[in-house]
Amino acid sequence: MKGIITVVGKDQVGIIHGVSKVLVDYNVSVEDINQTILKGYFTMMMLVNLANMKGEFNTFKQQLENFGEEIGISVKVQREEIFNYMHNI
Amino acid sequence: MTLYNNIFETVRMIEKEKLDIRTITMGISLLDCIDSSGDKSRQRIYDKITGYAQNLVKVGDQIEMEYGIPIINKRIAVTPIALIASASGEDNYFEFAKILDKAAKEVGVNFIGGFSALVQKGFANGDRILIDSIPQALNETERVCSSVNIASTKAGINMDAVKLMGKIIKDTAYLSRDRDSLGCAKLVIFANAVDDNPFMAGAFHGVGEPEVVVNVGVSGPGVVKCAMEKVKGEPLHIVAENIKKTAFKITRAGQLIGNEVSNRLGVPFGILDLSLAPTPEIGDSVARILEEMGLEACGTHGTTAALAMLNDAVKKGGIMASSSVGGLSGAFIPVSEDEGMISAVQNGALTFDKLEAMTSVCSVGLDMIAVPGDTKESTISAIIADEAAIGVINNKTTAVRVIPVHGKGVGETAEFGGLLGYMPIMALNEFSSEEFINRGGRIPAPIHSFKN
Repeated sequence: MKGIITVVGKDQVGIIHGVSKVLVDYNVSVEDINQTILKGYFTMMMLVNLANMKGEFNTFKQQLENFGEEIGISVKVQREEIFNYMHNI
Repeated sequence: MTLYNNIFETVRMIEKEKLDIRTITMGISLLDCIDSSGDKSRQRIYDKITGYAQNLVKVGDQIEMEYGIPIINKRIAVTPIALIASASGEDNYFEFAKILDKAAKEVGVNFIGGFSALVQKGFANGDRILIDSIPQALNETERVCSSVNIASTKAGINMDAVKLMGKIIKDTAYLSRDRDSLGCAKLVIFANAVDDNPFMAGAFHGVGEPEVVVNVGVSGPGVVKCAMEKVKGEPLHIVAENIKKTAFKITRAGQLIGNEVSNRLGVPFGILDLSLAPTPEIGDSVARILEEMGLEACGTHGTTAALAMLNDAVKKGGIMASSSVGGLSGAFIPVSEDEGMISAVQNGALTFDKLEAMTSVCSVGLDMIAVPGDTKESTISAIIADEAAIGVINNKTTAVRVIPVHGKGVGETAEFGGLLGYMPIMALNEFSSEEFINRGGRIPAPIHSFKN
């Protein structure tokens, strides 16, 4: 099972560090990253592999969202299928 | 890079444009709950619904969390109760409505549909008892929805049933008068009703359907409107292409969620209903899509053409995206559930007669329309007859869900709350249809029904 993490918010120090820390805690590996700054807004998408995740998906999702709230950005994780399925047959 | 563009687009659709799965509706056959004892029959109905649907809400919530797409409603549709209750010999089916309500509350769904009767050609004993039980059932239960099919292209229009339903609607309005006649919002009168509609209040589980099935209704007026903003001023065939592509994407999301729900519940996936279903929220309106096409206000001249194109393009886009399309599939035009429709009524652009014209090209009919509380029974019946005629002659589903708001008149507002919304009361033609309706009988099936 793969997931997509999307991060959008005002650029600041420590965003990747904070997200990565949650990934390490849950043993989730990163397969691809796309990151850019759009008009001062930090925008990142990560393709992550959830196959060896330790712990539950919902607490993993909650941890990411909590980190986002702490520093005032949006951090979301969704299963990858929804993105492929909607745009391809 | 394409993947990342797709991700951006999907996230934007969900967060900004209100893309959601409007409903996952579990259809459950109650045919094996028929019993000569009403008590035994009701016990079986309760056990069966709570058995099959015990995990419906939990699974729906889990999938919403994992995929990050909101699933707004989880609902249940059952076999028309007139067929199930008839053998009990009871002379009032209110107790059946109560047990449906109790089962719905137990499993946590917000509506259960199927307190229904199919009388397009005539009444069986159970049908009449069920219909007479509707006003009390809708007033004294919270989650039960009712529908009656009074016409079909194959059978014609049962004008005795049309006449009766005018009275039933008025009685229902009176009983729920303390809540702006809310009971009527849970009652749909159909022509050419479909067996696999996942949307309330008209959902029931047809007799030709499997034992248990999951049907999915998607939504997405906001997504279509935003997509159209990108083709401002372009010719209409470009607009139609754009709607098709958007409908495809919306439908794919529904298909994915439908498959996932079906796998996790171990219940076959039935159909995906491609309807654009609005809500009273800003940015989730079908009327605003029509206005985006270049109409100053929904309801002006040109609205029917715009709606026809929208409805057709949505179907064309969605049909390839799903393994099985069914239900009503098109654009819904409920008044109180659509912020743009409400505003068009308020500013005088949209009249009752224009709505009727629009129903000849949309997917359902005169839906969620508040009319004056002193409207005569025969006038309500005549509205039903007109709408049924449109459905029967054009070989499509049409429906009437009007609310004669007790004690209120034109210029006042009915408040229903939540997804059902609010709306100004609309004016009707004040001339009488009474003698026409009192004739009763049947309007025969049209010539093009003889296709064999």
